Amino acid sequence: MRSVRLRQVAVFLVLAGALQLGAIAVGKPFWQTQLTMSAYYALVAVGLSLLMGYAGQISLGHAGFFAVGGYGSALLTTWDLSAHKAAGVLQALQAMGAVVARPDPFGGTVLTVHPWPAAVVAVLLAMAAAWLVGIPVLKLSGHYLAMATLGVGTIIAAIAVGTQALGAADGISGVPPLPLLLGVGVGGATSQRVANYWVAIGLLAVCMILLLNLVDSRVGRALRAIHGAEDAADAMGVDTARYKLHTFVVSAGLAALAGVFLTHFNGGIGPSEASIMKSVKYVAMVAVGGMGSLWGTLGVSLLLNFLSLRGYFGTLDDAVFGAILIGIMLFSPDGIMSPDLRRILVAGWRRLRPAPASVEKGASEEGR
Amino acid sequence: MALLEVSGVSKRFGGVQAVDGVGFRVEQGMVKAVIGPNGAGKTTLFNLVSGFFAPDRGEIRFAGDPIQGRRPYQVAQKGISRTFQNIKLFSGMTALENVMVGRHLRSRSGFVSGMLRLPWTRREEAEVREKSRELMAFLGVEQLADAEATSLAYGQQRAVELARALCSDPRMVLLDEPAAGLNMRETAELAKLILRIRDRGITVLLVEHDMSLVMGISDEVAVLSYGQKIADSDPRSVQRDPQVVKVYLGEEEC
Repeated sequence: MRSVRLRQVAVFLVLAGALQLGAIAVGKPFWQTQLTMSAYYALVAVGLSLLMGYAGQISLGHAGFFAVGGYGSALLTTWDLSAHKAAGVLQALQAMGAVVARPDPFGGTVLTVHPWPAAVVAVLLAMAAAWLVGIPVLKLSGHYLAMATLGVGTIIAAIAVGTQALGAADGISGVPPLPLLLGVGVGGATSQRVANYWVAIGLLAVCMILLLNLVDSRVGRALRAIHGAEDAADAMGVDTARYKLHTFVVSAGLAALAGVFLTHFNGGIGPSEASIMKSVKYVAMVAVGGMGSLWGTLGVSLLLNFLSLRGYFGTLDDAVFGAILIGIMLFSPDGIMSPDLRRILVAGWRRLRPAPASVEKGASEEGR
Repeated sequence: MALLEVSGVSKRFGGVQAVDGVGFRVEQGMVKAVIGPNGAGKTTLFNLVSGFFAPDRGEIRFAGDPIQGRRPYQVAQKGISRTFQNIKLFSGMTALENVMVGRHLRSRSGFVSGMLRLPWTRREEAEVREKSRELMAFLGVEQLADAEATSLAYGQQRAVELARALCSDPRMVLLDEPAAGLNMRETAELAKLILRIRDRGITVLLVEHDMSLVMGISDEVAVLSYGQKIADSDPRSVQRDPQVVKVYLGEEEC
C-alpha cells in the first residue's frame, strides 16, 4: 500500500519535471509561472476533493478560505507597524523575530510581521473560520449545504472587496517573498522561477502523500462509510458530525495554505480570488477529476488552470468551465477517471476503427 | 442487574403511538426475541434502544447507565452494536473494508496520525485487518473479502453486515429481522450462527417475524401488538398464551 502511494508520487514528480523541461524545450520558460500558479490552485481542488469525494460534503465557499489565507498573509506582511514601535509587545515580537524591519519599494523601512508567523496565523484563521461556520452549516446536506457554503463564500468575497484595509477592489500588493532555505523564497523573482516551480510541486506532493495516507487510514474509512451509509456509520460508533467538521477544517486549511503561497508568489492578492466563480471552478475541477479521485482532481486542475491562466479560453473562460461541467455530468458523472468513461471511449474508438473480422466474431461469440 | 433494562418507553409519530409504555429486560448472555405482527412497533423499539430515536417517555438502561436520548454512536460506544432490517452496507467499499469500519471503536488513529502514517497506526491497521478477516471467517465469508460489498448476494450481505456488527466486540448485538429474505435452509443456519454468537459471550436481542427461528433459539420472547407488550416469557409459554394466539391467528378462526 505504502509503496504504491510513493510510486504514484514519484511518477508525479517525474511528470512534473518532464513538463518543466518541455516548457523550456519549446522555448516558453515563462509557462513555468502559470504552472506554478496552477499547482497552488490544484492544492485547493485536491483538498476540496477530500471533502466532496470522501466525506460527501460540498463546499461552494472554498475560494473564501483561500482568500482568508491569502489576505491574512498579505495584510500581516504589508501592514507597517513602525508607528507602534515603542509598544512592549511589538518589541518582544521583534526580539523573537516574528516582526522584522525590511526595506520597502520606495526606499524607506517598514516594520512588518515576518512571512512565516503571518502564514501560520493566516492558515489557523481560515481553519478557525471553517470550524465556526462548519458547526451549524454541516448539519445541512445536499442542496442546503451548497447554499449555506455559497453564503459563506459570498460574505468573505464581500468583505474582501468592501474593506478599505484590505485594499477594496485593488487588493493588497507589495507582499514580500516567503523565505525558504538556501536563499530561495516564494516570490515573483524571475531568477527563482525554476526553484519556485519545484517549491509548488513539492508542496503539492507532500500534501498528496498526507491526503493519500489519510484516505487509506481509519479516518478515511470512516469518511467513506459516512458517504456510503451515514446511519450505519453512526451505528458503528463513528461520530459523523465530528468527522465531517474535521474534514471541512482540514480542507479549508489546505485552501488557505495554497492562498498563502500563491499570494507570496504573486506578490499580492485581489478580491477576484475570493469570488464565487472561483469556488464554482474548484467544484467543477473536483467533479471533472472524479469525486474521491485525488489524482484525477490533481491532473484535471493542473491542466484546466494552466489553460485558463494562459488565456486559451479567452473571454469565454467561465463558459468553458460551465460547458465542461455539463459535459462531464451528462457523459461521465463519476469524472474522467471512472471506468464508465473508459468504456465509452473504448467503444467509440472501436466504432471509428472497425476491428478485423476474426476479432469481431470472437467478441460476438463471447457476448452470447 | 439485567444488561439491558427498558422501562415504560413510549414513542409517538404524529397520530400513531408506535411504542406505548413498553418495558422488558435482557439478561447478560441470553438470546431474547421481540416478535409481533407488522406495525407492532418492533423496529421502532429497536431504533429507540440503538439511539436512532429518542423516546418521548421512559428509561433505557444498559449495564446500569441510562442511554435513552443518546446519539447512535454514543450507544455504540457503550457496547451495543446492530444490524439493519434492510441491510445497510457501505457502498463503494469492499466487504473487508465494511467489516473494518466495525472496528472503529476499538482503534484510535485520528486525522494527524493517519496523515503521518505513524508506526503505531500501521500496527493498529494490521490488527484491525486481522480481526476483520477473523470475523469474516467466523461467518464463512472470508473468501469475499475483496468483493465490493453491495454487489454481493443477499445472504452474503447479511453475513458481512453481521461480521461488521461483531467486529467491535460488542457486549450486546441487536439483530433487526435477520431471517428476512432467507430460505428455510439459510434460516436454520442462521439459528446455529446466533447460538454461536451467544457462545462468544455476546448477548443477542433480535426482532423477528420468523417463528421457527425465534422459538428454537430464544431464551425469552416478548410479544408486541399495537405498540404494547402483551406477553414476555419463555418460548413455550408464549406460544400457549391465548392473547398471543389471538393476535397472531385472529379471534374467530381459533
